[in-house]
Amino acid sequence: MGEHVVKLPDVGEGVAEAELVEWHVKIGDLIREDDLLASVMTDKATVEIPSPVEGEVIWRGGEIGDVVPIGSALVRLKTAGGATAPETKPEAETKPEPAKSAPAPAEAPQPVARAPMLEAPPPPPRREPPVQRRAPGERPIASPAVRLAARERGVDLRQVAGTGPAGRVTHDDLAGFMARGPALARGGPVQRTEVTEVKIVGLRRRIAEKMALAKQRIPHITIVEETDVTALEELRAALNKRHAAERPRLTLLPFLMRAIARAVAEQPALNALFDDDAGIVRQHAGVHIGVATQTPAGLIVPVVKHAEARDIWDCAAEVARLAERARDGTATRDELSGSTITITSLGPLGAIATTPVINYPEVAIVGVNRMAVRPMWDGTGFVPRKMMNLSSSFDHRVIDGWDAAVFVQRLKELLETPALLFVDA
Amino acid sequence: MDEIVCRLLVIGAGPGGYVCAIRAGQLGVDTVIVEQGRLGGTCLNVGCIPSKAMIHVAEEFEVLKTAAAGKSVFGMSATKPTLDLGKAVAWKDEIVHRLNTGVAGLLRRARVKIVHGQAQFRDGKTVEVETETGPVRIRAESVVIASGSVPVELPFLPFGGDVISSTEALSLSEVPKRLAVVGGGYIGLELGAAYAKLGSKVTVVEARPRILPLYDEELTGPVAKRLAELGVEVLTGARAKGAAVGALQIETAEGEARAIGADKILVTVGRAPATTGLGLEELVLDMDGRFIRIDDKCQTSMRGISAIGDVTGEPMLAHRAMAQGEMVAEIAAGLPRAWDKRCIPAIVFTDPEIVSAGLSPAEARAGGREVKVGLFPFQASGRAMSKHAERGFVRVVASADRHLVLGVQAVGQGVSELSTAFGLAIEMGATLEDIAGTIHAHPTLGEAFQEASLKALGHALHI
Repeated sequence: MGEHVVKLPDVGEGVAEAELVEWHVKIGDLIREDDLLASVMTDKATVEIPSPVEGEVIWRGGEIGDVVPIGSALVRLKTAGGATAPETKPEAETKPEPAKSAPAPAEAPQPVARAPMLEAPPPPPRREPPVQRRAPGERPIASPAVRLAARERGVDLRQVAGTGPAGRVTHDDLAGFMARGPALARGGPVQRTEVTEVKIVGLRRRIAEKMALAKQRIPHITIVEETDVTALEELRAALNKRHAAERPRLTLLPFLMRAIARAVAEQPALNALFDDDAGIVRQHAGVHIGVATQTPAGLIVPVVKHAEARDIWDCAAEVARLAERARDGTATRDELSGSTITITSLGPLGAIATTPVINYPEVAIVGVNRMAVRPMWDGTGFVPRKMMNLSSSFDHRVIDGWDAAVFVQRLKELLETPALLFVDA
Repeated sequence: MDEIVCRLLVIGAGPGGYVCAIRAGQLGVDTVIVEQGRLGGTCLNVGCIPSKAMIHVAEEFEVLKTAAAGKSVFGMSATKPTLDLGKAVAWKDEIVHRLNTGVAGLLRRARVKIVHGQAQFRDGKTVEVETETGPVRIRAESVVIASGSVPVELPFLPFGGDVISSTEALSLSEVPKRLAVVGGGYIGLELGAAYAKLGSKVTVVEARPRILPLYDEELTGPVAKRLAELGVEVLTGARAKGAAVGALQIETAEGEARAIGADKILVTVGRAPATTGLGLEELVLDMDGRFIRIDDKCQTSMRGISAIGDVTGEPMLAHRAMAQGEMVAEIAAGLPRAWDKRCIPAIVFTDPEIVSAGLSPAEARAGGREVKVGLFPFQASGRAMSKHAERGFVRVVASADRHLVLGVQAVGQGVSELSTAFGLAIEMGATLEDIAGTIHAHPTLGEAFQEASLKALGHALHI
């Protein structure tokens, strides 16, 4: 008796792991070659994994819902005869080309964010099973030449949908599989060649120009720091509960504004506009905080003026008011200009780190990343803490890394011990 | 002791072994092949080729006999024909010799070193060969066992004297007056029918209820009919018991003892793997019954040792061995290969011939599949009529849903040549529409393949 380990084969280009969505076998089942073992779902498609050999299932590598890395053991089979036992490589394991790395995340998700521009047409939904169903045990139909080509490229033909008569796998099907990974043969994704031209006008063009200007002129440095906001969140919840009826609901933003106002009071170089044509940095005493806001028309940045002179409810009310006006398009030019430093936050979309683009001609921008409960070591054990990263960019022409780091550490300190936001010391 | 070191050592130069060695040589693998007999193995020396030669002799002679008997439908006549069997055998031997030489040339051209002698394993990487010039030790990275098969001997009918195997049957000095054939499989029937045509009184003794038990009755029917016409007596359900002077003793289906007069007793009850004398006991390979167990890459249970051909079991066919040999050579050269053939066509060179590729209707249905079957009789074929060969048919088996061709069988004169079309259709994943939509040249027997496909689709044109 031998043992055969079926590994999760490479189910598509660039796919590193897949979620187990269905087991087709249970321990003790006797299965034939090509019987389906499991279905796994990648971000692209559901893929059925057939057994390369005949045998008895003696072990299953996970439960439904588990995310299984490509190449990890999926099923152990007891096979007849030891001859084939050590052979554990699934047929589809080797891919001809290494999976290309995913495209780099879009720069500065904040300011550019999602715009009302016509995006490239989204790929058709791929929820349906990508592999044309074959009766269990039935081998894929393909000419010897296609079979050889598949073998030489390390492709398991059982995963390739056939578009030919009777479901025959053609050279084109194989090429398509190589290019796109598993796909549904009929009614599924097809190669599309159309190109949609979208004219960049209005606000979009202004954003484009401003981003280009910022990125061309400003050598950005970005610092990402994690912040424990457990105490701040407790405070915020308590305040919201206490003043639920009569005061605006507090988000994290007013606290951050207050922290920035405090920090720049100690580091005025960060609350400044750099007139690079004139070679002058103008440090402002007033802290006018731009808040990058997504609107149907695109990204705009309403400005909370004199944050240094507002309490948190005042800030909250002003942010809410400006956001409202920005979204319905009634914000005045004055309300949309005059910032000296900017906050960008995508809320739940905020990722773990971002590389914010400075709102030219300012010299600093503070990016808020997603808050999440993470296990933190408190010296004796792991405790759940609400953690949030801040990703902040600085104009390295006028702000050195040291000053930037000091600023970020100060923000961290203020947010982690929110009492410091309110005591004058 | 002389020592040879190589990358690939092939034991046995039959169709599996020599193809393996040639392909390996082509791929630049340093290869040695060991053969104790003549190059070409059973197939070339005492199997496929010589038997087909003798069957051809018998066919030609049969034409003359028919004419001499005044039975020629073409109005031909002849005086009493005679046969110098020695001359026919010499002609056959000349063909075999030419092919032997041809294989040697091909091996040389592929730069394969040929060592003559019996190979014996010392361990999984070392083989010793007793050659005419002394023992040679060969050490190889991988070894391919392609030692073939030998005729099965019955303990109560040991080979020798008048009890012969297929090997001797191909080199008799005269046509036996009475020939008893034990075993109604394809070898016995091919040779039995040939000797019947050459003038022997042939009796076939088959233990099972019918001849050619591997093929369905629809296919074997025309063969049984023709055997009866040739005067071959077929005793099914009968068992051979032993030999007496000038007779074969049997027990009939009814349980009666009977003696069948026989000058020669041809025993064709199957072939057994040639695994003795190789020192295989040194290796303790996993076996599959008497055969060496292999996986889909023809690898045995021991790393670095592959086995191909008859020694690995049924179907014991030269073309299977050749395909395995080619694959193993490519694997030895580091190419990604595995056995993924869809069908191994099989031919019975009886009169008429039988071809089977893929699944029969019964086999296809046994898998729980719904099938469409189309049969076109040669009676409706102009070419068959013009050859005076109207017996038989082509039968196509396809899946009912997608019309995928699952199997093709035929019985008829000369249908062996259709096996290529049948095999190609299945290997390419053809559908009935593909066959029906291909222009088949007229007038040929092959048109029957197209018509059978049309029939399965419900619109045959000529029936």
